[in-house]
Amino acid sequence: MIRVVLPAHLRALAHVGGEVALDVQGQATQRSVLDALETRYPMLRGTIRDHVTQQRRAFVRFYACEEDLSHDQPDAPLPESVATGAEPFMVVGAMAGG
Amino acid sequence: MSGVRVLVGTRKGAFILTSDGKRERWDISGPHFGGWEIYHLTGSPADPSRLYASQSTGWFGQLIQRSDDGGKTWEPVGNQFEYDGVPGTHQWYDGTPHPWEFARVWHLEPSPADPDTVYAGVEDAALFRSIDGGQTWQELPGLRGHDSGPSWQPGAGGMCLHTIVLDPNDAGRIFVAISAAGVFRTDDAGKTWRPVNRGLRSQGIPDEDAEVGHCVHRIAMHRSRPDVLFMQKHWDVMRSDDAGESWHEVSGNLPTDFGFPIDVHAHEPDTIYVVPIKSDSEHYPPAGKLRVYRSRTGGNEWEALTKGLPQSDCYVNVLRDAMAVDSLDSCGVYFGTTGGQVYVSADGGDNWAPIVRDLPAVLSVEVQTLP
Repeated sequence: MIRVVLPAHLRALAHVGGEVALDVQGQATQRSVLDALETRYPMLRGTIRDHVTQQRRAFVRFYACEEDLSHDQPDAPLPESVATGAEPFMVVGAMAGG
Repeated sequence: MSGVRVLVGTRKGAFILTSDGKRERWDISGPHFGGWEIYHLTGSPADPSRLYASQSTGWFGQLIQRSDDGGKTWEPVGNQFEYDGVPGTHQWYDGTPHPWEFARVWHLEPSPADPDTVYAGVEDAALFRSIDGGQTWQELPGLRGHDSGPSWQPGAGGMCLHTIVLDPNDAGRIFVAISAAGVFRTDDAGKTWRPVNRGLRSQGIPDEDAEVGHCVHRIAMHRSRPDVLFMQKHWDVMRSDDAGESWHEVSGNLPTDFGFPIDVHAHEPDTIYVVPIKSDSEHYPPAGKLRVYRSRTGGNEWEALTKGLPQSDCYVNVLRDAMAVDSLDSCGVYFGTTGGQVYVSADGGDNWAPIVRDLPAVLSVEVQTLP
């Protein structure tokens, strides 16, 4: 079970209150987690990464285990503690005013 | 008793204001989509319960929301806006080529006949259409593919397709306006387009009467007279009597002919409204007086409408999509400001009153006249 923390706007869009718990098939990577997230919550498609290129949106970051994983390869394994559910995978909106 | 539903898009959410035909007491609903920019929300003429909203932020991109119950509940629909083919480049602010990049939907224009058909004008400028209630979107690439496309350049707000006018008598004819390219018309339902800007003159471009390159802010039509168009350009209020083939200036005695919105009275095709703004660098009303100007002669002769509007220390702006008219017997006129006020006149502009005073900056105002 992978735990995902979404920013407030995306929690509202997906109608979820707190963390999201996802079953991810195969290795836990950014891509497999986001694939599972978008399958469960299709309204999030396009809000975290581009529909076609799958590039992360510029003002979205990925954090876990006190590390910034935003620039890791999408198919790189996530930390073991994320894969086991001990730590959440955090989708974060950049602090950029607004 | 008939009533109205005013649809307000703001920098931080959508609001729905409803009233009966007197338009004196209002119910306020919202914010819907709080914290998101709502560039536009509007209703289907064919089914007033069907609403569409353009919802976006710089963080999470573009969403389209649809309501089938007049705005009580909403459902996100398709948000994939992919340019057709290889997008190519347009001009950047400095004149260098810049790739076409989707930023947001500025304006949604539902079909008058089919609630599931809706057009979307986007930044960077292109026209999209959905025929399945917003679930999927396809570009009408003939517009962006016009020979002049690589020379289009952004206005201060971005290179946006902000105005879509559907000819009520000819399903094949559509007008769009792009800042800062100008007006384009199709007569074959969007396959081919041509610029219709003859008569426009704009300083700030190398050839002031060029075929393309004008910063058109808004165009408006009365459905009874689709060949007559009115335009608020960056500077100049213009009129065409031949479906855009030629334009002539009708700024007349306006205190300034800069502004953003322009609209036409629901029952009087020669009665038009503008909100003069001091200049393109100041973006507030002259002398701190918020005045709507009305012409009953299709332009040139204008009167200031001031009753109920602030006549001192007012420095708000009224954006291009933030004015609308209802179609009740006594035509109601509405506009919203960047200061968060939405004003209504239930008597064609003679008297004004605020419906709300303290919303986030208003980006768009539409009104539905309900049975």
